[in-house]
Amino acid sequence: MNKKQLMKGNEALAEAAIRAGLQGYFGYPITPQSELLEYMSRELHKRGGAFVQAESEIASINMVYGAAGAGARVMTSTSSPGYSLMQEGISYIACAELPCLLVNVVRGGPGLGTIQPSQGDYFQAVKGGGHGDYKLIVLAPNSVQEMADFTYIGFDLADQYRMPVLILTDGALGQMMESVVFPEYDIEKNRTNHSSWATTGRVNGREQHVITSLHLQSEDMEKQNQILQKKYRKIEENEVRFETIQTEDADFLLVAYGLSARIAHKAVNLAREEGLKVGLLRPISLYPFPYQAIEDLSAKVSGILTVEMSAGQMVEDVRLAVNGKVPVGFYGRMGGMIPQPDEILEEIKKLYSPKRRQ
Amino acid sequence: MNEEIIIAGFGGQGVLSMGMTLAYAGMVEDKEVIWMPSYGPEMRGGTANCIVVVSDDKVSSPIINKFDTTIILNQPSMDKFESAVKPGGNIVYEANNVMNPPTRDDAKVFKIPAAEEAKKLNNPRTMNMIILGAFLAVKPIIEISSILEALKKVLPKRHHHLIPLNEKALRLGMELVGKD
Repeated sequence: MNKKQLMKGNEALAEAAIRAGLQGYFGYPITPQSELLEYMSRELHKRGGAFVQAESEIASINMVYGAAGAGARVMTSTSSPGYSLMQEGISYIACAELPCLLVNVVRGGPGLGTIQPSQGDYFQAVKGGGHGDYKLIVLAPNSVQEMADFTYIGFDLADQYRMPVLILTDGALGQMMESVVFPEYDIEKNRTNHSSWATTGRVNGREQHVITSLHLQSEDMEKQNQILQKKYRKIEENEVRFETIQTEDADFLLVAYGLSARIAHKAVNLAREEGLKVGLLRPISLYPFPYQAIEDLSAKVSGILTVEMSAGQMVEDVRLAVNGKVPVGFYGRMGGMIPQPDEILEEIKKLYSPKRRQ
Repeated sequence: MNEEIIIAGFGGQGVLSMGMTLAYAGMVEDKEVIWMPSYGPEMRGGTANCIVVVSDDKVSSPIINKFDTTIILNQPSMDKFESAVKPGGNIVYEANNVMNPPTRDDAKVFKIPAAEEAKKLNNPRTMNMIILGAFLAVKPIIEISSILEALKKVLPKRHHHLIPLNEKALRLGMELVGKD
């Protein structure tokens, strides 16, 4: 049962979702995410769930909306251009407070772009994407194992907070194979009871359950916003996730997430071989963002370098956290290009200086 | 042990499946492995390559641009990846498909007539296993028995009767090293 398996990231995520009791998958094929949909089409119906290939991404997300409203454990997955198409539906689901899992296997943009990996959808993922004041919990795996692990966590957080959770990954993590072990997961124990709100039919004279994102009275709409904001403050307090690597004695800090964090880790090793005391902080939850952890570390280093597969998006959140205390540099590649460990090392050398300690 | 390899050639030469076999075999031996394909347009007829890392320790970056071994199955890949081998590393290449041999004098070069030998086995598709055998003679990081175990996973069941032929090809490849 808990044997090590060699799988692509996309497949591992799909398998984990099924093991987490997935009841409905709605999606539309797009590279580099298609293995996920293929896996679902092959496996889900045999294991108690419903697989629907919708006619578009817009249809997929609205099917998710409907099925989540009925209290089912559901998800969709896509890649960047498809994720853009889903934004209206995601905003509705966030407002209606329904749990579901979303997956964006990011490819290079803007536009139809390229099918190679990218991290250019960070802003869209953490700053909104759709209209209105809403947030998603955003988790960024950096290995095939985490593609599986974060799927379980994602479903549970979605249930707990009644909101969509987004797994933000990229084409390389989706396509590459690594070994993965699927942890034991008790569906009965982990699933939250949705009977107080789900639209499951008005039997035995129970009160009417209404799921909507439409509140025409501004007083009501503001009230709904306040409910959402209260929930987001609670999430910011309780759900920040990050990892630190060799930061204890670091004079200089790298900040990177997802695939970039794997590459940055190698750059840390290369720098250490040359006697440069470099550490790495990896945000795991991109919302809520680990502002406090970065602020704390910024007091202990002489400078920071953020590495992304984008023109520089997360770096804005890093700068917010650091608030001008130390210089924050940026190194990135765009459009499907991936930074190499030795390129990052070169950037480190340009910015590095030992921390002057009192 | 930490071996970083790139395998490159034309789509259809068995580049990706050779890498996947190697990665599976590493996992059979409980090593840490990564298989990273180049995917996309090059899968549809152009050049294909994959990175394989087999290691005793957890692997940090799957993105690598300098390799311990480059396994090269056509000329465009030689042009692109000859420079990607680390000093002191290995270049294993297929003789018939590469017109211009590598010029690196700081790497060990192994020219393997795998296409020709595969023809003699009456199955040109064993070319990739002959090359894999040659690589394992150059770098014995994985047991042949693990490769055979891996083939059971990589090959669909209907092709399992070909595993003895693949074993023959692997062993032939091992014998070819040092004969050029």
